[in-house]
Amino acid sequence: MRFDKNALRVAVAAAVVALSSLGAYVAAQSAEPKEKIIKITAKKFNYTPGEVTLKKGVPVILEFRSLDVIMGFNLPDFNVRADIVPGKATRLRLVPDKTGTFVFLCDVFCGTGHEEMNGKLTVVD
Amino acid sequence: MANEINRRDFLKLSAIGGIGVVFASALPGMARAAGQDDFYFVQMSDTHWGFEGPPNPDAKGTLKKAVAAVNSLERQPDFIMFTGDLTHTTDNPVERRKRMSEFKDIVKDLKVKTVRFMPGEHDASLDNGKAFQEFFGATHYTFDHKGVHFIVLDNVSDPRASIGDEQLAWLAADLKQQKSDAPIVIFTHRPLFDLYPQWDWATRDGAKAVDMLMPYKNVTVFYGHIHQEHHHMTGHIAHHAAKGLMFPLPEAGKAPTRAPLPWDPAQPYKGLGFRGVDTDTKTAESKLTEFPVVKA
Repeated sequence: MRFDKNALRVAVAAAVVALSSLGAYVAAQSAEPKEKIIKITAKKFNYTPGEVTLKKGVPVILEFRSLDVIMGFNLPDFNVRADIVPGKATRLRLVPDKTGTFVFLCDVFCGTGHEEMNGKLTVVD
Repeated sequence: MANEINRRDFLKLSAIGGIGVVFASALPGMARAAGQDDFYFVQMSDTHWGFEGPPNPDAKGTLKKAVAAVNSLERQPDFIMFTGDLTHTTDNPVERRKRMSEFKDIVKDLKVKTVRFMPGEHDASLDNGKAFQEFFGATHYTFDHKGVHFIVLDNVSDPRASIGDEQLAWLAADLKQQKSDAPIVIFTHRPLFDLYPQWDWATRDGAKAVDMLMPYKNVTVFYGHIHQEHHHMTGHIAHHAAKGLMFPLPEAGKAPTRAPLPWDPAQPYKGLGFRGVDTDTKTAESKLTEFPVVKA
């Protein structure tokens, strides 16, 4: 059997490139932090937790569940909102781009205590 | 806020013997010529019948006093418009109907018999307007009075505070029948613009309605919901919020929450009232007079 030295060199080079690419991919996956999921439960007539603190520029996933009726989540200062339908998780990705304290509220009229159903988001540096 | 009215430019205020305050438009090009035809209507809003609590120790008497005050107006209106939240919300459908029945029984004592109603979210959002329609009829409709076209827009039967595509299509079809200089008055419950979404003082698709109204030169909007007098312009369209008749609410963003303002025993019924509107039949331009529930 006769080796084609050139073919062998090409194969080895290709393997090295492939392995280094894979390494780069794995490194990228582990370097990119998984977005934190913040679970928020909605029920007549409050959110739990009712106060959430986030870091500016750090993306998070807000995951909502309603324990009774259709609720809303509205964070007007960040122009994000979602319906929260009972029986399923509703997710919103948020990258807070400013610091301060902001109101979030239920914007789907849900009953006698609807107008008191709100919470506070604090964004810090 | 770019569109916020400069009060000094827009309004001239003058007390009338402690009874009310006249707000006369003074915007350029909006001055009224004397002797033009006009008519008078009254806007009553946010009566919240069924509410009980410290913000109004006379919760069962305030609406009756307001009815008496309207009946005693020297100039009786052609009609009276209730701009929503006739009743305070309840999760109990039986109680909801009881409150509507009681409300209706009280306002039947109004001397003026042309009385129109529209729902607020407290009346309609928990059952998509079902009980309201049983007692008061349609939640959105039009009518004409002395050449002025009135459009009642429902932004509360959908608990998401939307007018909805179907009603917007209905609005577009109705407006298509109007000339661009037709005098048009809109009644609605929530503000059609983003007054303060942090307190849910907005209509999710209100901008679509305002866009539809923009080509019309003579449009005025009257609404409730925020339990205080407020005036705002979107382009050439004036939006006037009315006081409520159960409890006043704080100015947008001026309190930690939108909880009712406390009752002041030294000034009972402070912040409550109703409005008289003198409407020009050619332009729908309005002269507003604010009345308290009881004379000072």
